[in-house]
Amino acid sequence: MQKKQGILAWSLIGLAVLFLVVMLVLPLILVASEALAKGFAAYERAITEPFAVKALYLTLEATVLAVVCNTLFGLASAWLLTKYAFRGKSLLSACIDLPFAISPVVAGLFFVMLFGRISPLYPYLRAEHIAIVFAVPGIILATIFVTFPFITREFVPVMEAQGTSEEEAATTFGASGWQIFRYVTLPNIKWALLYGITLCTARAMGEFGAVSVVSGHVRGKTNTLPLHIEILYNEYNFTAAFAVASILVLMAIVILILRNLIEWRAKRGTQHAH
Amino acid sequence: MVAAKKVIPGFSFTFGVTCFYLSLILFLPLAAFLLYSSGMGWEKFLGVVTDYRVFHAYGISFGTALAAALINAVFGLLLAWVLVRYDFPGKRILDGLVDLPFALPTAVAGIALTTLYAENGWLGSFFYGIGIPSAFSVFGITIALIFVGIPFVPRSVQPVLRDLDRELEEAAMMLGASPWLTFRQVILPELLSPLLSGTALAFARGIGEYGSVVFIAGNLPYETEIAPLLIMAKLEEFDYQAAAAIAIVMMALSFAILLMLHGYQRYRMHKQGV
Amino acid sequence: MKKKSILAAAAGLLILAGVFTGCGGGTAASDSADGKEFLNVSYDPTRELYQEFNEKFAQKWESDTGEHVTFSQSHGGSGKQARSVREGLEADVVTLALAYDVDEIAQTGLINKDWMQKFPNNSAPYTSTIVFLVRKGNPKNIHDWDDLVRDGVQVVTPNPKTSGGARWNYLAAWAYASEKYHGDTDQIKGFIQKLFQNVVALDSGARGATTSFVQRGQGDVLIAWENEALLSVKDAPDQYEIVAPSISILAEPSVAIVDEVVDQKGTRKVAEAYIQYLYSKEGQEIAAKNFYRPRDEEIAAKYAGQFPSLKLVTIDGAFGGWTKAQKEHFADGGTFDQIYQK
Repeated sequence: MQKKQGILAWSLIGLAVLFLVVMLVLPLILVASEALAKGFAAYERAITEPFAVKALYLTLEATVLAVVCNTLFGLASAWLLTKYAFRGKSLLSACIDLPFAISPVVAGLFFVMLFGRISPLYPYLRAEHIAIVFAVPGIILATIFVTFPFITREFVPVMEAQGTSEEEAATTFGASGWQIFRYVTLPNIKWALLYGITLCTARAMGEFGAVSVVSGHVRGKTNTLPLHIEILYNEYNFTAAFAVASILVLMAIVILILRNLIEWRAKRGTQHAH
Repeated sequence: MVAAKKVIPGFSFTFGVTCFYLSLILFLPLAAFLLYSSGMGWEKFLGVVTDYRVFHAYGISFGTALAAALINAVFGLLLAWVLVRYDFPGKRILDGLVDLPFALPTAVAGIALTTLYAENGWLGSFFYGIGIPSAFSVFGITIALIFVGIPFVPRSVQPVLRDLDRELEEAAMMLGASPWLTFRQVILPELLSPLLSGTALAFARGIGEYGSVVFIAGNLPYETEIAPLLIMAKLEEFDYQAAAAIAIVMMALSFAILLMLHGYQRYRMHKQGV
Repeated sequence: MKKKSILAAAAGLLILAGVFTGCGGGTAASDSADGKEFLNVSYDPTRELYQEFNEKFAQKWESDTGEHVTFSQSHGGSGKQARSVREGLEADVVTLALAYDVDEIAQTGLINKDWMQKFPNNSAPYTSTIVFLVRKGNPKNIHDWDDLVRDGVQVVTPNPKTSGGARWNYLAAWAYASEKYHGDTDQIKGFIQKLFQNVVALDSGARGATTSFVQRGQGDVLIAWENEALLSVKDAPDQYEIVAPSISILAEPSVAIVDEVVDQKGTRKVAEAYIQYLYSKEGQEIAAKNFYRPRDEEIAAKYAGQFPSLKLVTIDGAFGGWTKAQKEHFADGGTFDQIYQK
């Protein structure tokens, strides 16, 4: 770290802080102040209301499942993209980014067209009593869809920078794929893993557009927290809407704090080791 | 087969998992969507996408997304720089805050920003005072898109900047180069790739963004009507094919941007490799 | 090589199977535990109405039959809701903003084509109309549709392309212009065009438009459902007032049983009783209390004081029914698109 920071440095810091305050902190303060506009009792009532709690559970369920699936996929795909050379790699890599290019609303529509009543699959699903869209599985699929590139994107640069020599060396010693991954690659990418999971979690919790299309908006059944916020807002229940929104912000902050904590403890550990 | 490169075991496993997951989550729904919209024929497709109003909406979507992405590129680079290179109180908090726009549901972001920038809002009263209608205008749309795109650039640039070799930079400074020259000639070329990648992702995200924009846009045809809103409008008319046509053009354009980005990165890696 | 690929596929399948069964099982279990589930898919401004109605009907149904039914609601823009039902949202009944949306569902065979004749009054148990909401004291002196096309008057209305309510707004304005210009289409279009040039925010739904007007302070006048306007005035009587134009339209929100779904679920009886209860004295009173105009004359007389009296045209009388109106005005290239043509 530079010990002396000149005027340039401080003005850059000032500018960065100003940008974040205006663009990010102000909206958050607004959410908080609106949430508490009618006092703490009203806030508590809004967030403990049964439908809000059910929406919270659904959001957590979708988020956890999406993050687990996407992490496994992210590891496999990043490994594939960085450790091997093969034809069509560029295309595959671009395909993984595709969800970034697709409007979430359209992404939701994909699943409606695949599993909904207008799909040729529908009669079979109906006969087996499998409900996918306008039910919980659809919400999970939509969440997975919009968040799956995050983890791969986080891994690829790190694994690329790291190269393949260590893994190749391990191979010559006869290590299996799993052993190489567990003992050679994983220790090198754990920070990227942590960042990827945090980003993916944050994004999965907050997903609105895609989920809105595949959810039936039925309270207590297919309503996630972001959708619940919309409902409350449309009921002119602004205080409750912002109160529930503040829960999402708090959850995100908790995750970010956890991430920093893990990072900090681990770094302290390595410093002691030195 | 380029067998020489595939010494590390696990190629078929990771390849299998990646392709399988992509097929189920991405290609299958995409195929359903394309199949469903293939019935419209070229004439209708062209008729829809070349409609004057649709054209305008594309213009507004791409224009505001580009403006927002560029602003995010500048401030994102600044943020990454400040967070990696300088030490100041509250840095950890600032670092954590950057991810928050992902966690806040886009609808909440839209509502919060509209409240802030509307004529009777905290910031809106200032902007309207100096004659800028900050909500229900192109300005408002850009603000919303800046908000949803904040994390992309810093999160792509930060890891690379952290690993950047300081020696070159110090050498340049010792040789008498000004800080600006050092930054432009030594640091910026190294950061170009992640900077581009972050900006492109923010851009692609902005094009498709719906949830936050509808609240602040005002949705007036030719003035503040974005392409995703037109998709929704076509859907409300039960005209799935017209909606698909608009969506396909947006997807194709965003995907082209991502492909170009990947091509560029490969080209750079290739050049560095040689 | 081959063996590993199979292994990979199996692993992937396992993950996805987890996704599907994990939650599929959950919903199935809750179905059997709570008894019957009943879903009413409705549009935006009926939230308060059906909240109260469902509670009363659930009590009545349980005391009449001993059967416990859980009533759920889904709200959103009328067109979006109709689309969800078409795409597989399993609604027992739909209560939408306009007959056109129900017709669109009927086209897929989910609802019988003759749904409109199934219940009295075109299957519209309550009605509403379109009025203006202005700021207290009416500073811009707005009294009729003519005042909305004046220079310097800012209008807020939702987008007829995305909002069912907004289509009523549009047609009400059209009905006024039609009478003023004795049916001269060019002049009517000119009037409507001027009106929409004064529009400052074209929100995607009725509730969004009300929020823009009430919360954001946008515009001088909101063209709104009468029930929405009355609700806003009730919430803030010292900030807004209602202006009734000389002519408006009789808005008939439609209700229908989703035949295919109720037959499959075995809920036809509940669905029929549900809709009939809307026509009963109790149901009509709940509607009136939530600012919908009741059909029942006795209840209507009781609540006459809260509804301004104005001349109302009907969709069938003035526009030849919804199918025709939709095609002429709101479909691609219809009059609404024409007034925005450049």
